[in-house]
Amino acid sequence: MEKLIDKQRVVQHMNGRLLRNNVLKFLFFLATLFGLIVLVVLLYRILTQALGWLNMDFLNNFPSRRPENAGIKAGLVGSLWLMVIVAPVSLILGVGTAIYLEEYAKKNRFTDFIQTNISNLAGVPSIVFGLLGLTIFVRELNLGRSILAAGLTMSLLVLPVIVVAAQEAIRAVPNQLREASYGMGATKWQTIYRIVLPAAIPGILTGSILALSRAIGETAPLVVLGIPTFLAYLPRGILDTFTVMPMQIYNWTSRPQADFQHVAAAGIVVLLVVLIFMNSIAIFIRNKFQKRY
Amino acid sequence: MAMTDGNRSYSVREMIKENKKKQSGQQFVEWLMPKLLLLTATISILTTIGILFTLLFETFIFFERVSIVEFLTSKEWLPWDEKTGSFGIAPLVTGTLLTTAIAMIVAIPIGLASAIYLSEYASEKTRKVLKPTLEVLAGIPTIVYGFFALTFVTPLLQKIIPDLGIFNALSPGIVMGIMIIPMVASLSEDAMSSVPNSIREGALGLGSTKLEVALKVVLPAATSGIAASFMLAISRAVGETMIVAVAGGSSPVFTFDVTKSIQTLTAYIVQVTTGDAGYGTTVYYSIYAVGMTLFVFTLAMNLLAQYISRRFREEY
Repeated sequence: MEKLIDKQRVVQHMNGRLLRNNVLKFLFFLATLFGLIVLVVLLYRILTQALGWLNMDFLNNFPSRRPENAGIKAGLVGSLWLMVIVAPVSLILGVGTAIYLEEYAKKNRFTDFIQTNISNLAGVPSIVFGLLGLTIFVRELNLGRSILAAGLTMSLLVLPVIVVAAQEAIRAVPNQLREASYGMGATKWQTIYRIVLPAAIPGILTGSILALSRAIGETAPLVVLGIPTFLAYLPRGILDTFTVMPMQIYNWTSRPQADFQHVAAAGIVVLLVVLIFMNSIAIFIRNKFQKRY
Repeated sequence: MAMTDGNRSYSVREMIKENKKKQSGQQFVEWLMPKLLLLTATISILTTIGILFTLLFETFIFFERVSIVEFLTSKEWLPWDEKTGSFGIAPLVTGTLLTTAIAMIVAIPIGLASAIYLSEYASEKTRKVLKPTLEVLAGIPTIVYGFFALTFVTPLLQKIIPDLGIFNALSPGIVMGIMIIPMVASLSEDAMSSVPNSIREGALGLGSTKLEVALKVVLPAATSGIAASFMLAISRAVGETMIVAVAGGSSPVFTFDVTKSIQTLTAYIVQVTTGDAGYGTTVYYSIYAVGMTLFVFTLAMNLLAQYISRRFREEY
């Protein structure tokens, strides 16, 4: 009896196609690895360049014209000061917007407009936010090159990210919880404040910390605001001038002396450590508190 | 009926009165909160208005001093000389397009290939490890990439292309492309994953290989999402600042030679704001005209991406 399916013939016939499949699968895999390999090379390069320059003196010193004395203290403290403004302002505005859009707003053109506007803002280059900050905060409102001016600029920059993260977190709170709360006689705001927000907080925090770490690494808007890079004192209040880590790193990379490359690398390591620390907090919150309903 | 609370006793009427007092406070909060929240929501609109207002207003002042025809047609950007200065945006635009094009040559094939691997070949477990690791690339501050381009990629490229300048378009373009890979990969993967499995199974059942399923069935079905991810990637590359400011140099020349030092729209703004261009000079206003160009460019790209993903979304 003749066989219905001759496996040998099938394989023979399919050979080219299967081969092509396997070769391209390998190429696709290589492409995926490429990014990761660059990541490893980048981190290795910066770590080896920073080696020997990264010590307690580096953390404790102010900037200096001599590379061996240069330190990142002003930038490290300045970055923390920046967070004093950015964290509360962007959180209140972002979460407020998200609550309004998710809980109060009716589905109409105005709501659509806000929503489209937010996603467009997310795509505006950060340097344009710098121009906005320079004109409105530094010049019009006369805040100068202060922590407040820079903080407000950065808050507006990360606002869309926080709004979207908070919206997703609020949307993920199941309706049964709201209905149960109303059923007990709670008002709308009571329900939002005591039921929805606590349930959404892990998601909101995770997204917000990632947004804040973006604010810490961002350089372009601060360059436009004219934040100085060379400060030998620490700010005392939010109206003082200050500098941040990325600005100091930018300044070091543009200096001609070869040794400043090492200083820049050491600064980058400190910056990356801060970012990794923030990201791990975000991951920790996500894993520990995220509930599934 | 009366209830006793300690020594006092309440009549029902009194309890209702008490309750009303409490409720009026509550009602005030209920009335106030939506208005406060609406106020926070309008901040984002005010931000957009603020951006438009500043850019338009200051650009207007710029065009009172420099003719818009010169701005659009001249091929010379020599802003520093007040008398003989020339403001033709073309060199900055070509610088931007050059680095963006190089970035796309890197990011689009590699990003798309990663997306195909993650969505069609990788197991659930592998994807769960690879995708977030890849996304770390997107979270690295751009100043770090700028430093990497200047101190590692440029010297490396100089070994291959001996007459490559210290500042050039090639190195920041490549590094920018690497930074954008996760964005293309992630968004394209999302688009491909949302293609329903039944379609894949149909193709597999007809004897297609996985590759044929990916290229001939899934990719066409996910085209709109993938195209939108490309648009967003281009917009990101056009607006990217620190990489080109550190490694691209500051020579606004009308050239398509990738080995030469160039200047992009963003890098010019950085150069002016770090230098001492006095407030009120033509150079000062020129950064707003350049910013406006940048804003219009990226806004168009973003709107196009939104339009594509809305208009051409396949419904299953």
